[in-house]
Amino acid sequence: MQTQTVKIVVTGPFNAGKTEFIRSVSEIEVVSTEKRISTPAEKIKESTTVAMDFGRITVDNDLVLFLFGTPGQKRFDFMWEILSEGMLGFIVMVDSTRPETFREARSILETFRAYAPTPYLVAANKQDLYDAWDVEDMRLALRLDPSVKILPCEAMKKNSVKQVLLELLYSILEEMDRTRQDKDLE
Amino acid sequence: MALKGNLKDFSFIQLLNLINLASKSGALYVERPGAYARVIFHNGKLAFFESSDDKPDLLRTLRDRKLITTYQHALLKGRLEDTSDREAGIYLVNAGYATLDQVTAALQEDYSEKFRRLFDWSEGYFRFEAGEILPDDKIPVRLDLENLIVEGARELQEVEDLRAEIPSLDMALKFTDRPGTDIRNINLSQTEWRVVSYINPRNTIQQIAATTNLDEVDIRRVVFTLLQAGLVEFVRPGGLPVAIPGRNLPVKNPKQNRSLIKRLIDRIRSI
Repeated sequence: MQTQTVKIVVTGPFNAGKTEFIRSVSEIEVVSTEKRISTPAEKIKESTTVAMDFGRITVDNDLVLFLFGTPGQKRFDFMWEILSEGMLGFIVMVDSTRPETFREARSILETFRAYAPTPYLVAANKQDLYDAWDVEDMRLALRLDPSVKILPCEAMKKNSVKQVLLELLYSILEEMDRTRQDKDLE
Repeated sequence: MALKGNLKDFSFIQLLNLINLASKSGALYVERPGAYARVIFHNGKLAFFESSDDKPDLLRTLRDRKLITTYQHALLKGRLEDTSDREAGIYLVNAGYATLDQVTAALQEDYSEKFRRLFDWSEGYFRFEAGEILPDDKIPVRLDLENLIVEGARELQEVEDLRAEIPSLDMALKFTDRPGTDIRNINLSQTEWRVVSYINPRNTIQQIAATTNLDEVDIRRVVFTLLQAGLVEFVRPGGLPVAIPGRNLPVKNPKQNRSLIKRLIDRIRSI
Protein backbone atom coordinates (compact mmCIF):
# COMPACT_ATOMS: atom_id res chain seq x y z
CA MET A 1 0.00 0.00 0.00
CA GLN A 2 1.26 3.47 -0.84
CA THR A 3 2.02 5.91 1.96
CA GLN A 4 -0.53 8.70 2.17
CA THR A 5 0.76 12.08 3.26
CA VAL A 6 -1.36 14.75 4.88
CA LYS A 7 -0.38 18.31 5.73
CA ILE A 8 -1.04 20.86 8.43
CA VAL A 9 0.30 24.38 7.96
CA VAL A 10 1.52 26.54 10.83
CA THR A 11 1.46 30.20 9.97
CA GLY A 12 1.64 33.55 11.72
CA PRO A 13 3.78 36.69 12.05
CA PHE A 14 7.51 36.34 12.42
CA ASN A 15 8.85 35.32 15.80
CA ALA A 16 5.45 34.00 16.84
CA GLY A 17 6.97 30.59 17.60
CA LYS A 18 6.20 28.57 14.47
CA THR A 19 9.58 26.86 14.28
CA GLU A 20 9.53 25.91 17.95
CA PHE A 21 5.97 24.60 17.63
CA ILE A 22 6.92 22.19 14.87
CA ARG A 23 10.19 21.27 16.53
CA SER A 24 8.39 20.22 19.71
CA VAL A 25 6.56 17.34 18.02
CA SER A 26 8.49 16.57 14.86
CA GLU A 27 10.22 13.19 14.82
CA ILE A 28 12.85 14.54 12.44
CA GLU A 29 15.10 17.50 12.93
CA VAL A 30 13.04 20.41 11.69
CA VAL A 31 14.18 21.39 8.22
CA SER A 32 14.39 25.10 8.55
CA THR A 33 16.18 27.26 6.02
CA GLU A 34 17.26 30.38 7.82
CA LYS A 35 19.15 33.54 7.02
CA ARG A 36 20.39 36.29 9.21
CA ILE A 37 17.96 39.19 8.93
CA SER A 38 19.65 42.45 8.20
CA THR A 39 16.88 45.01 8.62
CA PRO A 40 17.06 46.71 12.02
CA ALA A 41 13.32 46.39 12.58
CA GLU A 42 13.57 42.63 12.45
CA LYS A 43 16.63 42.13 14.63
CA ILE A 44 14.61 40.65 17.45
CA LYS A 45 16.23 37.30 16.85
CA GLU A 46 19.43 36.06 15.33
CA SER A 47 17.74 34.47 12.40
CA THR A 48 14.29 33.91 11.04
CA THR A 49 12.75 31.46 8.64
CA VAL A 50 12.70 32.70 5.12
CA ALA A 51 11.71 29.63 3.19
CA MET A 52 10.08 26.91 5.25
CA ASP A 53 9.88 24.92 8.41
CA PHE A 54 9.25 21.29 7.73
CA GLY A 55 8.52 18.63 10.31
CA ARG A 56 7.09 15.14 10.18
CA ILE A 57 5.04 12.78 12.30
CA THR A 58 4.76 9.20 11.07
CA VAL A 59 1.41 7.69 12.01
CA ASP A 60 1.99 4.21 10.65
CA ASN A 61 3.25 2.42 7.55
CA ASP A 62 0.78 4.09 5.24
CA LEU A 63 0.12 7.49 6.79
CA VAL A 64 2.46 10.42 7.45
CA LEU A 65 1.64 13.90 8.70
CA PHE A 66 3.79 16.78 7.52
CA LEU A 67 3.90 20.06 9.35
CA PHE A 68 4.80 23.04 7.19
CA GLY A 69 5.68 26.40 8.66
CA THR A 70 5.28 29.51 6.54
CA PRO A 71 7.52 32.56 6.55
CA GLY A 72 5.99 35.36 8.53
CA GLN A 73 7.22 38.34 6.58
CA LYS A 74 4.86 39.87 4.04
CA ARG A 75 7.39 39.57 1.26
CA PHE A 76 7.04 35.78 1.40
CA ASP A 77 3.29 35.72 1.04
CA PHE A 78 3.72 34.14 -2.39
CA MET A 79 4.53 30.93 -0.46
CA TRP A 80 1.17 30.83 1.26
CA GLU A 81 -0.83 29.87 -1.80
CA ILE A 82 1.52 27.00 -2.52
CA LEU A 83 1.61 25.75 1.06
CA SER A 84 -2.13 25.99 1.49
CA GLU A 85 -2.80 23.57 -1.37
CA GLY A 86 -4.04 20.24 -0.05
CA MET A 87 -3.78 21.03 3.66
CA LEU A 88 -6.07 19.44 6.26
CA GLY A 89 -6.18 22.64 8.27
CA PHE A 90 -3.99 25.41 9.58
CA ILE A 91 -2.86 26.99 12.82
CA VAL A 92 -2.23 30.69 13.21
CA MET A 93 0.45 31.28 15.84
CA VAL A 94 0.36 34.62 17.56
CA ASP A 95 2.87 35.99 20.04
CA SER A 96 0.73 36.87 23.07
CA THR A 97 3.32 39.37 24.29
CA ARG A 98 3.41 41.46 21.11
CA PRO A 99 0.05 43.10 20.42
CA GLU A 100 1.66 45.07 17.59
CA THR A 101 1.62 41.81 15.61
CA PHE A 102 -2.07 41.09 16.11
CA ARG A 103 -3.12 43.05 13.06
CA GLU A 104 -0.70 41.16 10.85
CA ALA A 105 -1.91 37.87 12.36
CA ARG A 106 -5.45 38.79 11.43
CA SER A 107 -4.38 39.61 7.89
CA ILE A 108 -2.55 36.27 7.56
CA LEU A 109 -5.60 34.46 8.92
CA GLU A 110 -7.91 36.10 6.41
CA THR A 111 -5.52 35.39 3.57
CA PHE A 112 -5.30 31.71 4.43
CA ARG A 113 -9.05 31.43 4.82
CA ALA A 114 -9.41 32.80 1.33
CA TYR A 115 -6.92 30.28 -0.05
CA ALA A 116 -8.56 27.24 1.56
CA PRO A 117 -11.85 26.82 3.41
CA THR A 118 -10.37 24.32 5.87
CA PRO A 119 -10.69 24.24 9.66
CA TYR A 120 -8.26 26.39 11.57
CA LEU A 121 -7.56 27.72 15.01
CA VAL A 122 -5.45 30.39 16.65
CA ALA A 123 -2.67 29.50 19.07
CA ALA A 124 -1.89 32.26 21.56
CA ASN A 125 1.76 31.49 22.13
CA LYS A 126 4.15 32.45 24.93
CA GLN A 127 1.38 32.30 27.51
CA ASP A 128 4.02 31.47 30.12
CA LEU A 129 5.50 34.99 29.89
CA TYR A 130 4.44 37.62 32.39
CA ASP A 131 3.29 40.16 29.78
CA ALA A 132 1.22 37.74 27.73
CA TRP A 133 -2.25 38.94 26.89
CA ASP A 134 -5.18 36.98 28.21
CA VAL A 135 -6.55 34.60 25.57
CA GLU A 136 -10.03 36.10 25.57
CA ASP A 137 -8.63 39.62 25.29
CA MET A 138 -6.70 38.39 22.26
CA ARG A 139 -9.93 37.03 20.82
CA LEU A 140 -11.36 40.53 20.98
CA ALA A 141 -8.21 42.15 19.62
CA LEU A 142 -8.07 39.70 16.73
CA ARG A 143 -11.80 40.12 16.16
CA LEU A 144 -12.33 36.39 16.09
CA ASP A 145 -15.76 34.93 15.67
CA PRO A 146 -16.95 33.15 18.84
CA SER A 147 -16.93 29.88 16.91
CA VAL A 148 -13.18 30.13 16.23
CA LYS A 149 -10.99 28.33 18.71
CA ILE A 150 -8.18 30.32 20.32
CA LEU A 151 -5.99 28.27 22.60
CA PRO A 152 -3.20 29.06 25.04
CA CYS A 153 0.08 27.68 23.84
CA GLU A 154 3.70 27.31 24.90
CA ALA A 155 5.39 26.20 21.70
CA MET A 156 8.46 24.81 23.41
CA LYS A 157 6.37 22.40 25.47
CA LYS A 158 5.38 19.18 23.73
CA ASN A 159 2.13 18.69 25.65
CA SER A 160 0.96 22.18 24.84
CA VAL A 161 1.70 21.70 21.16
CA LYS A 162 -0.04 18.31 21.20
CA GLN A 163 -3.15 19.90 22.64
CA VAL A 164 -3.26 22.53 19.89
CA LEU A 165 -2.86 19.89 17.19
CA LEU A 166 -5.53 17.71 18.77
CA GLU A 167 -7.98 20.59 18.92
CA LEU A 168 -7.43 21.24 15.24
CA LEU A 169 -8.05 17.58 14.45
CA TYR A 170 -11.24 17.62 16.55
CA SER A 171 -12.37 20.65 14.54
CA ILE A 172 -11.72 18.76 11.33
CA LEU A 173 -13.82 15.83 12.60
CA GLU A 174 -16.62 18.18 13.58
CA GLU A 175 -16.62 19.71 10.13
CA MET A 176 -16.81 16.28 8.54
CA ASP A 177 -19.77 15.39 10.71
CA ARG A 178 -21.47 18.67 9.86
CA THR A 179 -20.95 18.13 6.17
CA ARG A 180 -22.32 14.61 6.39
CA GLN A 181 -25.40 15.78 8.29
CA ASP A 182 -26.03 18.50 5.72
CA LYS A 183 -25.83 15.91 2.95
CA ASP A 184 -28.24 13.61 4.80
CA LEU A 185 -30.74 16.43 5.11
CA GLU A 186 -30.68 17.16 1.36
CA MET B 1 26.79 26.47 -52.81
CA ALA B 2 25.34 26.71 -49.32
CA LEU B 3 26.73 24.58 -46.49
CA LYS B 4 23.90 22.25 -45.51
CA GLY B 5 23.18 19.09 -43.61
CA ASN B 6 21.56 17.63 -40.51
CA LEU B 7 22.39 18.50 -36.94
CA LYS B 8 22.62 14.83 -36.03
CA ASP B 9 25.65 14.59 -38.32
CA PHE B 10 27.13 18.01 -37.68
CA SER B 11 26.27 19.45 -34.28
CA PHE B 12 25.12 22.97 -33.64
CA ILE B 13 28.25 23.73 -31.62
CA GLN B 14 30.47 22.54 -34.47
CA LEU B 15 28.59 24.83 -36.85
CA LEU B 16 29.08 27.80 -34.58
CA ASN B 17 32.76 27.04 -34.15
CA LEU B 18 33.13 27.04 -37.91
CA ILE B 19 31.32 30.35 -38.33
CA ASN B 20 33.28 31.91 -35.46
CA LEU B 21 36.75 30.72 -36.49
CA ALA B 22 36.22 31.59 -40.12
CA SER B 23 34.59 34.92 -39.23
CA LYS B 24 31.80 34.08 -41.61
CA SER B 25 29.02 36.42 -42.65
CA GLY B 26 25.67 35.01 -43.71
CA ALA B 27 22.46 33.47 -42.49
CA LEU B 28 22.10 30.12 -40.73
CA TYR B 29 18.70 28.50 -41.16
CA VAL B 30 17.78 25.63 -38.86
CA GLU B 31 14.56 23.66 -39.19
CA ARG B 32 12.87 20.80 -37.50
CA PRO B 33 9.23 19.69 -37.55
CA GLY B 34 7.14 22.53 -36.28
CA ALA B 35 9.97 24.99 -35.68
CA TYR B 36 12.64 26.98 -37.44
CA ALA B 37 15.24 29.58 -36.60
CA ARG B 38 17.20 32.12 -38.61
CA VAL B 39 20.46 33.51 -37.28
CA ILE B 40 22.41 36.18 -39.13
CA PHE B 41 26.14 36.52 -38.58
CA HIS B 42 28.45 39.32 -39.52
CA ASN B 43 32.20 38.63 -39.48
CA GLY B 44 31.67 35.71 -37.15
CA LYS B 45 29.52 37.62 -34.66
CA LEU B 46 25.81 37.13 -34.07
CA ALA B 47 23.90 40.04 -35.55
CA PHE B 48 20.28 38.96 -35.51
CA PHE B 49 18.03 36.11 -34.34
CA GLU B 50 14.48 35.08 -35.01
CA SER B 51 12.57 31.83 -34.68
CA SER B 52 9.11 30.43 -35.28
CA ASP B 53 8.45 30.67 -31.53
CA ASP B 54 9.72 34.21 -31.31
CA LYS B 55 9.33 36.89 -33.93
CA PRO B 56 11.46 39.97 -33.21
CA ASP B 57 9.52 42.57 -31.30
CA LEU B 58 11.59 45.44 -30.01
CA LEU B 59 8.90 46.89 -27.77
CA ARG B 60 8.21 43.54 -26.13
CA THR B 61 11.93 43.02 -25.56
CA LEU B 62 12.27 46.42 -23.91
CA ARG B 63 9.19 45.81 -21.76
CA ASP B 64 10.44 42.38 -20.66
CA ARG B 65 13.73 43.94 -19.64
CA LYS B 66 11.91 46.72 -17.82
CA LEU B 67 13.23 49.53 -19.96
CA ILE B 68 9.65 50.55 -20.63
CA THR B 69 6.60 49.94 -18.50
CA THR B 70 3.62 47.82 -19.52
CA TYR B 71 1.61 50.99 -19.93
CA GLN B 72 4.26 52.56 -22.16
CA HIS B 73 4.42 49.35 -24.16
CA ALA B 74 0.68 49.44 -24.85
CA LEU B 75 0.83 53.11 -25.78
CA LEU B 76 3.86 52.80 -28.05
CA LYS B 77 2.55 49.66 -29.70
CA GLY B 78 -0.36 51.62 -31.09
CA ARG B 79 1.78 54.59 -32.03
CA LEU B 80 4.52 52.54 -33.74
CA GLU B 81 2.34 49.86 -35.26
CA ASP B 82 3.52 50.23 -38.86
CA THR B 83 7.13 51.07 -38.20
CA SER B 84 10.10 48.72 -38.48
CA ASP B 85 12.24 47.79 -35.49
CA ARG B 86 14.97 50.13 -36.67
CA GLU B 87 12.58 53.07 -37.01
CA ALA B 88 11.00 52.23 -33.66
CA GLY B 89 14.46 52.10 -32.06
CA ILE B 90 15.38 55.53 -33.44
CA TYR B 91 12.08 56.96 -32.20
CA LEU B 92 12.54 55.50 -28.73
CA VAL B 93 16.07 56.84 -28.41
CA ASN B 94 15.13 60.30 -29.68
CA ALA B 95 12.10 60.43 -27.41
CA GLY B 96 14.25 59.52 -24.41
CA TYR B 97 12.66 56.17 -23.53
CA ALA B 98 16.05 54.46 -23.67
CA THR B 99 19.58 55.11 -24.83
CA LEU B 100 21.09 53.42 -27.86
CA ASP B 101 23.30 51.35 -25.57
CA GLN B 102 20.32 50.20 -23.56
CA VAL B 103 18.41 49.15 -26.66
CA THR B 104 21.40 47.27 -28.02
CA ALA B 105 22.10 45.58 -24.69
CA ALA B 106 18.45 44.51 -24.36
CA LEU B 107 18.48 42.98 -27.82
CA GLN B 108 21.78 41.22 -27.14
CA GLU B 109 20.40 39.71 -23.94
CA ASP B 110 17.21 38.66 -25.69
CA TYR B 111 18.99 37.05 -28.65
CA SER B 112 21.49 35.37 -26.38
CA GLU B 113 18.75 33.78 -24.26
CA LYS B 114 16.75 32.53 -27.23
CA PHE B 115 19.80 31.48 -29.23
CA ARG B 116 20.90 29.18 -26.40
CA ARG B 117 17.73 27.13 -26.83
CA LEU B 118 19.07 25.98 -30.18
CA PHE B 119 21.81 24.06 -28.40
CA ASP B 120 19.15 21.52 -27.43
CA TRP B 121 18.42 20.74 -31.06
CA SER B 122 20.18 17.43 -31.62
CA GLU B 123 18.41 16.90 -34.93
CA GLY B 124 17.21 19.23 -37.67
CA TYR B 125 18.02 20.39 -41.17
CA PHE B 126 20.42 23.33 -41.47
CA ARG B 127 21.82 25.44 -44.26
CA PHE B 128 24.18 28.38 -44.22
CA GLU B 129 23.70 31.03 -46.87
CA ALA B 130 27.00 32.88 -47.06
CA GLY B 131 26.77 36.57 -47.71
CA GLU B 132 23.14 36.97 -46.70
CA ILE B 133 22.97 40.22 -44.80
CA LEU B 134 20.68 41.73 -42.22
CA PRO B 135 17.66 43.49 -43.69
CA ASP B 136 17.77 47.27 -43.35
CA ASP B 137 14.71 47.43 -41.13
CA LYS B 138 16.31 45.38 -38.32
CA ILE B 139 18.65 46.58 -35.59
CA PRO B 140 21.98 44.78 -35.71
CA VAL B 141 23.86 43.69 -32.64
CA ARG B 142 27.37 42.25 -32.22
CA LEU B 143 27.45 39.23 -29.97
CA ASP B 144 30.69 37.30 -29.59
CA LEU B 145 30.17 33.64 -30.29
CA GLU B 146 32.91 32.33 -28.00
CA ASN B 147 30.96 33.06 -24.83
CA LEU B 148 27.77 31.68 -26.31
CA ILE B 149 29.55 28.50 -27.37
CA VAL B 150 31.16 27.99 -23.97
CA GLU B 151 27.88 28.67 -22.18
CA GLY B 152 25.95 26.43 -24.55
CA ALA B 153 28.45 23.60 -24.17
CA ARG B 154 28.32 23.94 -20.40
CA GLU B 155 24.53 23.76 -20.42
CA LEU B 156 24.57 20.74 -22.71
CA GLN B 157 26.96 19.01 -20.34
CA GLU B 158 24.72 19.90 -17.42
CA VAL B 159 21.71 18.41 -19.22
CA GLU B 160 23.65 15.23 -19.96
CA ASP B 161 24.72 14.99 -16.33
CA LEU B 162 21.15 15.53 -15.15
CA ARG B 163 19.90 12.80 -17.48
CA ALA B 164 22.56 10.47 -16.14
CA GLU B 165 21.56 11.23 -12.52
CA ILE B 166 17.85 11.02 -13.22
CA PRO B 167 17.54 8.69 -16.20
CA SER B 168 13.80 8.18 -15.94
CA LEU B 169 10.95 10.49 -15.08
CA ASP B 170 8.70 7.52 -14.43
CA MET B 171 10.06 7.21 -10.93
CA ALA B 172 8.40 8.77 -7.90
CA LEU B 173 9.86 10.54 -4.89
CA LYS B 174 9.36 10.52 -1.17
CA PHE B 175 10.80 12.62 1.64
CA THR B 176 13.77 11.02 3.37
CA ASP B 177 13.97 10.04 6.99
CA ARG B 178 17.04 12.12 7.64
CA PRO B 179 17.37 15.28 5.58
CA GLY B 180 20.95 16.04 4.51
CA THR B 181 23.20 18.19 6.62
CA ASP B 182 23.51 20.92 4.02
CA ILE B 183 19.81 21.75 4.04
CA ARG B 184 20.47 25.13 5.64
CA ASN B 185 22.06 26.34 2.46
CA ILE B 186 18.98 25.69 0.39
CA ASN B 187 16.74 28.46 -0.75
CA LEU B 188 13.85 27.11 -2.75
CA SER B 189 12.30 29.13 -5.54
CA GLN B 190 8.57 29.28 -6.03
CA THR B 191 8.86 26.66 -8.78
CA GLU B 192 10.83 24.35 -6.55
CA TRP B 193 8.25 24.82 -3.84
CA ARG B 194 5.52 23.75 -6.19
CA VAL B 195 7.42 20.56 -6.92
CA VAL B 196 7.94 19.91 -3.19
CA SER B 197 4.21 20.29 -2.57
CA TYR B 198 3.47 17.42 -4.99
CA ILE B 199 6.08 15.01 -3.71
CA ASN B 200 4.26 11.85 -2.86
CA PRO B 201 5.00 8.22 -3.75
CA ARG B 202 1.82 8.21 -5.84
CA ASN B 203 3.08 10.91 -8.19
CA THR B 204 5.76 10.20 -10.77
CA ILE B 205 8.26 12.89 -11.60
CA GLN B 206 6.71 13.08 -15.07
CA GLN B 207 3.30 13.77 -13.58
CA ILE B 208 4.71 16.44 -11.28
CA ALA B 209 6.43 18.06 -14.26
CA ALA B 210 3.18 18.12 -16.24
CA THR B 211 1.25 19.60 -13.31
CA THR B 212 3.86 22.27 -12.61
CA ASN B 213 4.46 23.05 -16.32
CA LEU B 214 8.15 22.21 -16.20
CA ASP B 215 10.01 20.67 -19.10
CA GLU B 216 12.10 17.55 -18.69
CA VAL B 217 15.30 19.51 -18.09
CA ASP B 218 13.89 21.91 -15.49
CA ILE B 219 12.15 19.16 -13.50
CA ARG B 220 15.40 17.23 -13.44
CA ARG B 221 17.22 20.33 -12.15
CA VAL B 222 14.72 20.77 -9.32
CA VAL B 223 14.69 17.09 -8.39
CA PHE B 224 18.50 17.00 -8.50
CA THR B 225 18.66 19.93 -6.05
CA LEU B 226 16.32 18.13 -3.66
CA LEU B 227 18.25 14.86 -4.02
CA GLN B 228 21.55 16.60 -3.35
CA ALA B 229 20.12 18.19 -0.21
CA GLY B 230 19.03 14.80 1.01
CA LEU B 231 15.41 15.94 1.20
CA VAL B 232 14.00 13.28 -1.10
CA GLU B 233 14.75 9.85 -2.49
CA PHE B 234 13.47 7.75 -5.35
CA VAL B 235 10.70 5.20 -4.90
CA ARG B 236 8.80 2.98 -7.29
CA PRO B 237 5.68 4.82 -8.35
CA GLY B 238 2.24 3.63 -7.34
CA GLY B 239 0.86 4.18 -10.77
CA LEU B 240 -1.88 6.41 -9.39
CA PRO B 241 -2.74 9.81 -10.94
CA VAL B 242 -1.17 13.04 -9.70
CA ALA B 243 -2.80 14.25 -6.51
CA ILE B 244 -5.17 17.05 -7.39
CA PRO B 245 -4.58 20.29 -5.42
CA GLY B 246 -7.09 20.67 -2.64
CA ARG B 247 -7.81 18.43 0.30
CA ASN B 248 -5.55 15.40 0.47
CA LEU B 249 -8.37 13.29 1.88
CA PRO B 250 -10.23 10.82 -0.33
CA VAL B 251 -13.36 12.97 -0.47
CA LYS B 252 -15.61 10.31 -1.89
CA ASN B 253 -15.30 8.09 1.17
CA PRO B 254 -16.25 9.94 4.38
CA LYS B 255 -15.70 6.84 6.51
CA GLN B 256 -12.10 6.64 5.34
CA ASN B 257 -11.68 10.38 6.08
CA ARG B 258 -12.91 9.98 9.63
CA SER B 259 -10.75 6.96 10.11
CA LEU B 260 -7.72 8.88 8.88
CA ILE B 261 -8.34 11.78 11.27
CA LYS B 262 -8.87 9.38 14.14
CA ARG B 263 -5.58 7.69 13.36
CA LEU B 264 -3.91 11.10 13.43
CA ILE B 265 -5.55 11.89 16.76
CA ASP B 266 -4.39 8.62 18.28
CA ARG B 267 -0.89 9.20 17.04
CA ILE B 268 -0.66 12.76 18.36
CA ARG B 269 -1.96 11.59 21.74
CA SER B 270 0.78 9.00 21.88
CA ILE B 271 3.63 11.49 21.36
